[in-house]
Amino acid sequence: MNRTRAFLGMLIAIPLIWLFARGMGRDPRDLGPSPLAGREAPGFKLAVFAPGQETLARPAGDTVRLESLKGQVVVLNFWASWCLACRDEHEILSEVARLYVGKPVHFLGVLYNDDAASGNKWIAEMGGQSYPSVLDPGARTAIDYGLYGVPETFFLDANGRVAFKNTGPVTATVLHRVVDSLIAAAAAK
Amino acid sequence: MTRVRSVFAALSLALTLALSLAVAMPRALVAQQAPAAPRDTLVVTPEGLRAGAPTKATDPALEARTSAVASGLRCPVCQGLSIQDSPSELAQQMRSLVRDQLAAGKTDEEVRAYFISKYGEWILLEPKASGFNLLVYALPVLLVVGGLGFIITLVRRWTVAPALGDASDASDASDRDAADGGENSTT
Repeated sequence: MNRTRAFLGMLIAIPLIWLFARGMGRDPRDLGPSPLAGREAPGFKLAVFAPGQETLARPAGDTVRLESLKGQVVVLNFWASWCLACRDEHEILSEVARLYVGKPVHFLGVLYNDDAASGNKWIAEMGGQSYPSVLDPGARTAIDYGLYGVPETFFLDANGRVAFKNTGPVTATVLHRVVDSLIAAAAAK
Repeated sequence: MTRVRSVFAALSLALTLALSLAVAMPRALVAQQAPAAPRDTLVVTPEGLRAGAPTKATDPALEARTSAVASGLRCPVCQGLSIQDSPSELAQQMRSLVRDQLAAGKTDEEVRAYFISKYGEWILLEPKASGFNLLVYALPVLLVVGGLGFIITLVRRWTVAPALGDASDASDASDRDAADGGENSTT
């Protein structure tokens, strides 16, 4: 009788403990892969407010359409001047974008819930940004990409599909690894 | 022995209630999964407040539908708040998008499907009652019913057993008295 009770107790307790342990063991910041992963990236048509530098520059006021970037790997970085974590990745992104000049990669910053004047002031304070940044009125593009906060970086493959999403400050290692693999995949086709 | 039983009963009751509450409140548990990054996004600038200020309601029916849909969608930068209840800039922008999509002729379900396609089912404050999610709805009921049954069985057993024990003790004592009386009377 006691053995049966113990067995029944364990039958109820073990799955419950497993369920709670699994929930507690999860990283609260890790929400799993983006539902957009592997799907066609939401299109956009956004105006440049920060032109970028040298060969990567695009004039302010110019419109960037995602469709026009097909055939290239796109690194889409959502940022804001009020975002402290964006400071950690700014220099890395600018440097890595310079390293890929001449390769089929397009870096683009998207300003999130911020205004152009604050964005430009921040870029100047940070020592410039090698690639252009665009405005996202009403955060419509941000919502289209399922943004939780900033910084978030989306990597789109040459076919215009979302290949990878990085939440939080992106590192040079991740940038090189993902961009190189996407360039290689595009070249292999 | 009685004290041990009381402690055990209290513990089992507490455990049953705790488990029921823990399972019945998946919203609170999931809310903890909101990323820390939104701490930044909670900084609402005056410009942002102006930009995201709710527009004057022009169509009460549209506003009612917007509120109904927005009440079921989770604010991504808050802890367990809907985009209807959250004052954050992103929530207001999402609410404005809900209104625009409804005004453009989309059904409530199509608007919900749009947000699910961007954020996953996580964006729904109440998980859909289908598949694995059914467990969330069924488990609390099962736990409460099972727990109550367990407690009732235990309480019945404990109240019946001592009563029987007392009765047998009393009959033993009367037997002893009778035996003693008998002995006394014979001596």
